[in-house]
Amino acid sequence: MKEKNNLKAWLYLLPAILFLGVFMLYPLIDVLIYSVEENYASIARTYTGVGLGNFRKVLSDELFIQALKNTFILVIITVPVSTGLSLLIALGLSAIKPLKKAFQTIYFLPYVTNTLAVGLVFMILFDKTEYTRGLVNLLLGTDIDFIDGGYWTKMLVTCLYTVWIVMPFKILILTSALASVNQDYYKAARVDGASSARIFRKITLPMISPTVFYLIITGFIGAFKAYSDEVALFGTNLNAAGMNTIVGYVYDMLYSDTGGQYGNAAAAALILFAIVFTITYINLKFSRNKVQYM
Amino acid sequence: MKVVLENLTKRFASRHVKGEVVVAVDHFSFEIPDGQLIGLLGPSGCGKSTTLNLISGLETPTEGRILFGDEDVTNVPPEGRGVGLVFQNYALYPHLTVEENIIFPLENLKGEKKMTKQAMHEKAMEVARLVQIDQLMERKPKEMSGGQQQRVAIARALVKIPRVLLLDEPLSNLDARLRLQTREELRRIQRETGVTTIFVTHDQEEAMSISDLIIVMKAGKVHQIGKPQDVYDEPVNLFVAQFLGTPQINVFEGAIRDGKVWIGNEAVLDVPGKENREIWVGIRPEGFIPDENGRFTCRMDRVEVMGRDVSVVCTNEQMTGKSIRAIVSSENTFRPDQKMVRFNLKPHKVFLFDRESEERV
Repeated sequence: MKEKNNLKAWLYLLPAILFLGVFMLYPLIDVLIYSVEENYASIARTYTGVGLGNFRKVLSDELFIQALKNTFILVIITVPVSTGLSLLIALGLSAIKPLKKAFQTIYFLPYVTNTLAVGLVFMILFDKTEYTRGLVNLLLGTDIDFIDGGYWTKMLVTCLYTVWIVMPFKILILTSALASVNQDYYKAARVDGASSARIFRKITLPMISPTVFYLIITGFIGAFKAYSDEVALFGTNLNAAGMNTIVGYVYDMLYSDTGGQYGNAAAAALILFAIVFTITYINLKFSRNKVQYM
Repeated sequence: MKVVLENLTKRFASRHVKGEVVVAVDHFSFEIPDGQLIGLLGPSGCGKSTTLNLISGLETPTEGRILFGDEDVTNVPPEGRGVGLVFQNYALYPHLTVEENIIFPLENLKGEKKMTKQAMHEKAMEVARLVQIDQLMERKPKEMSGGQQQRVAIARALVKIPRVLLLDEPLSNLDARLRLQTREELRRIQRETGVTTIFVTHDQEEAMSISDLIIVMKAGKVHQIGKPQDVYDEPVNLFVAQFLGTPQINVFEGAIRDGKVWIGNEAVLDVPGKENREIWVGIRPEGFIPDENGRFTCRMDRVEVMGRDVSVVCTNEQMTGKSIRAIVSSENTFRPDQKMVRFNLKPHKVFLFDRESEERV
């Protein structure tokens, strides 16, 4: 009887297993194999040896180091800033009564807007052309070349862009987390004489801590995988702009003019995986006694 | 602390019909004596919770004043009023331990009242002992039973020595046996602390059993205030009479004619000097005396034996409910084939109300 039940269970799981196996597991294993096959030639399907040569090559590639640096700066700035700002906006949204729905819609708009369209808008805001200094320069009364200028001005635009594009989702999730906190806790705290700051720190924040934690983890992962935002702002030749990311580097290794370097692409992808894994592990460890699951 | 409510009124904009105004509390005036336990009683939606919120300061009144002693607190925010509030669902902070929950109000104190960690701990232990949860100080709320959580909520409300303790349906989330036990507890804690306590309930038995005074409310209006027994014995109108007492009072269509109370074509009681009119006749279940020559005849339905008492279930053409319930001593015997049963009525258990106004005649 038990055997039969097991068979049934496997049968139920079969579609998912097949799908995941073909499209997830097999490619993953393949990436691992590619990463250790040195000097792999994609047309002849030959390689000269098995070892860590690809990793060595990638890690000594200046372009990869630049991409790594860019990605880390992007992550370290945008994740805290976007999460913090989203929390502030979500708190504001749950506090106001009139036009609440209208504001919620406005804040959610970027989420349903195409990345490239947003990129275009940012170009108009920041880009300097022969005809105009760009809207931001006009407003600030400055003359800075944001898109083709110095490294940090470009990074600033990239960070602004990333923060703006990831915030709607975070605001949405945080607003619903705030709404799900029982109002009686706030009433009880007010009657007990707690100040707003103390209510936020001692009650609201612990109550929504699982959501905040979720957003931080997914925020880190998402930011490490940044690529399309940079393309939207600086075009496909990110190396020339000095704004490449790790995922961009992987893409270049595969498809750019010098592409077809499967081994290097696989090695870079695995390095990215190791980084994300480590960061997520640290997050989990760090948050163990900070996050309150009710 | 004496609590005075003067013409207290709260109006809300209706949530369902635009432009319509709901009067949750309608000109509520009463002086609650110091150190008493007051039961605020009424069916759901009668405005009793709103009254409690007005006293706590979570809502501001549309009209009227609230005084604690001689101090007008009408416009004082909740944190300045010094009230302790226990919620129906307790509202214990789930991420804090029992001790942290109890200490929470103390940590909010500012200025001169600020306490040291040690003083707070001692204070928390003191109230915890009072409500008998001092063994559970390290637990989280979800690791405790409903009754224990309830005690923590009371301890948290008491820890800063409130001027007034407010309890919103404090027992309704407990099971029947625990409810009985906790209500005695509540009475004991209130006696020991002597703090003026107002508790809201829809359960008349609960209110009657522990309150010094009960306030019966309906649709935002106060119908009667008094000692539980007095309100039960002398209800001012049909609503109060029906709301208090289990089983419910039996109500009949009747009339006063020539100094007699008539139900159908029987004159069941003499009421000399009362003028003729159409009335509702309310008879408490314990107001019936079985008597073969009784003046009030009912059709027998069944007899339910409850040990000490017997509950006679019968019907009458003039009754308003589904059946009549008469509770009589088990010394009375009834034959199984008996079709009719006759009663005499105890005059002080019979209440007469005007047919139109439903006020006591």
